[in-house]
Amino acid sequence: MNRHRSTAAILSALFMGLGQWYNRQFIKGLILFAVEAAALAYFIPNFGRAVWGVVTLGEKTQGFEKVGRVMVRVEGDHSIFLLISGLITIFLFAIFLVFYISNIRDAYQTGKLRETGVKPAGFRQTWEHVMDQKFPHLMLTIPAIGVLFLTIMPIVFMVMLAFTNYASPDHIPPNKLVDWVGFQTFANLLTLKTWSHTFIGVFTWTIIWAVIATVTTYFGGILVALLIESKGVRFKKLWRTIFIIPYAIPQLISLLVMRNLFNGQFGPINQYLGYFGLDRLPWLTDPFWAKVTVILVNMWVGIPVSMVLILGVLTAIPKDLYEAADVDGATGFQKFKIITIPFILFSTAPILIMQFAGNINNFNVIFLLTNGDPVKGDYQFAGSTDLLVTWLYKLTLNNSQFNMASAIGIIIFLIVASFSIWNYRRSRSFKEEDMIQ
Amino acid sequence: MKMGRKTANAVRLTFSYLILIAIAVCAVYPALWVLLSSLRPGTALFSPTLIPDQFTLAHYKELFTSPSFRYGNWYVNTLKIAMLTMIFSTILTTLSMYALSRFRFRGRKNILTTMLVLGMFPGFMSMIAIFIFLLQLNLLDTHTALVLVYSAGSVLGGFVVKGFYDTIPRSLDEAARIDGASHLQVFIKIMLPLSRPMLTYVALTSFTGAWVDFIFARLVLRSKENWTLAVGMWDLVSSYQNSNFTLFAAGAVLIAIPITLLFVFLQRFLVQGLMSGASKG
Repeated sequence: MNRHRSTAAILSALFMGLGQWYNRQFIKGLILFAVEAAALAYFIPNFGRAVWGVVTLGEKTQGFEKVGRVMVRVEGDHSIFLLISGLITIFLFAIFLVFYISNIRDAYQTGKLRETGVKPAGFRQTWEHVMDQKFPHLMLTIPAIGVLFLTIMPIVFMVMLAFTNYASPDHIPPNKLVDWVGFQTFANLLTLKTWSHTFIGVFTWTIIWAVIATVTTYFGGILVALLIESKGVRFKKLWRTIFIIPYAIPQLISLLVMRNLFNGQFGPINQYLGYFGLDRLPWLTDPFWAKVTVILVNMWVGIPVSMVLILGVLTAIPKDLYEAADVDGATGFQKFKIITIPFILFSTAPILIMQFAGNINNFNVIFLLTNGDPVKGDYQFAGSTDLLVTWLYKLTLNNSQFNMASAIGIIIFLIVASFSIWNYRRSRSFKEEDMIQ
Repeated sequence: MKMGRKTANAVRLTFSYLILIAIAVCAVYPALWVLLSSLRPGTALFSPTLIPDQFTLAHYKELFTSPSFRYGNWYVNTLKIAMLTMIFSTILTTLSMYALSRFRFRGRKNILTTMLVLGMFPGFMSMIAIFIFLLQLNLLDTHTALVLVYSAGSVLGGFVVKGFYDTIPRSLDEAARIDGASHLQVFIKIMLPLSRPMLTYVALTSFTGAWVDFIFARLVLRSKENWTLAVGMWDLVSSYQNSNFTLFAAGAVLIAIPITLLFVFLQRFLVQGLMSGASKG
């Protein structure tokens, strides 16, 4: 009785593929061997520097050094490049570790099988096994790699930035180094007068905006849907198609067009107000009216979506509910109050909450319509209609306040996440209750 | 009594129609206005009447002939990027969501939770990191980069697709498996034909996503001949909006038309997609 399993596992731990060779799985062994060889060739020169880079964020500032008699410019460390390439290397290393461990496990399992007298699988059989049993893993590999490097890595990077002092004017590479500062950024955001004033102002407006925007589009949608579906109204399909048009026009276009429609000087809206003998309104230039404008325009953009959803819900209401109500002699209004409204509210409640969370992050409407303007003097880099997200955008791209931006990003995440989790739990409990079936 | 009811009904109906017409005017007016503006001679935003006295196609011609725009060029770029994104993200999303919906394997719950959590971060929080990442891969100012980022991002929004596959009875694929079909065969021969509405929904949303994105495209595409329509449009707005409004209008119409037509014609699928996303909460 050979102790195949431990021999194979130890061999594979020494160098990937050896255990597979020992188990006479030559092609598999060769592939694994090549993987480790490539990994070693990459990690030996890079891994140490990667860890050093992430931990220290660079030590040498760019500057001039005396070489002999002349001053020579010396390139310093670029903290941000060090951080990102360090992260990439560490992520790659994590992937390699997964490979390495499953390689040992595989050698161990095959060795165990051999002990019971089973002949190890050939390469063909292994391939078939993968296609059959490991199909979901195979299908998820490519998307997973993409998400890992294009979503997770960037998010980890940005979260880390919140704990550095990466901001203009004093800490912008390559001239200067960036350092870890712990929770200093969050402390500044909440305690420094200039920042906290802006933060509280923008935060309050974000919440007010999200509530009003959600409520108006939702009830607007219900109203329009009920109008279309009400008894006696003809051309239902035509109305629906017309009302879907705002949804069908790309927001990029419709919002830029709206910006011109509401133009204070030459825009047609003010022109029509003039025909009725009314005063022109400062739609986009006055802090209060700018807020009204974004909410109005958001209704135009958002009502069609709610309408479509609610039309769908309306068709799903069982007809026998109404018939039963008819038998009991209910009036139209009673039927509406007791059947239609509860049904709509009940089946769209989760969407309502998701729309609320979405409106907190509604970048397009604000950015394209007002760009956060009109400017507010006592705000740090923000205007009267700026939401947290648009402020984050401005801080990142226009003002290079990267650490503040990512601190705000984390706060937005916490708000949205708590709503979504609460919503998820609630809708779960709804499903289990089976109130409507 | 009966007459009274009839008149009340008629009043109610007239009232309903009046409101419907008012909403219809609001819904259509901006589109109509920009369309008519694009056909108006001159460059001004201000116009005394909605319908211009005479029509001209000069602004459309200018978009394609003026040396400072490369509208034709941008149109081709955008079509290319949007098509490739559509193909890749549809394949990636359907395959991976099929796997997540149909198979029970270790870590499945974790993957779903991770997807949910990642979707809650504001998207462009990751812009800077992606920018530097692309810089290191030497992919800046290329269309490959855009297709790559859009397709990889689309997978995270795949919950709707997963929800759709959850509703298809398992007995279908089990029967095919017993007959000896491989997983890939089951997917291609049985699932794909059934998921036509969902495929249309995913393809349509990823196509439009790539068609109108200007935030990320502006960051990545540096040289003017590589721009997409949305980036060009953004540039047009920031530099010409007030001085040459009619040109902007013409550009806007050309960008909006393909998307709007697709949406109106594929309405049915869109509604289905929205609904199945909704019922999953």
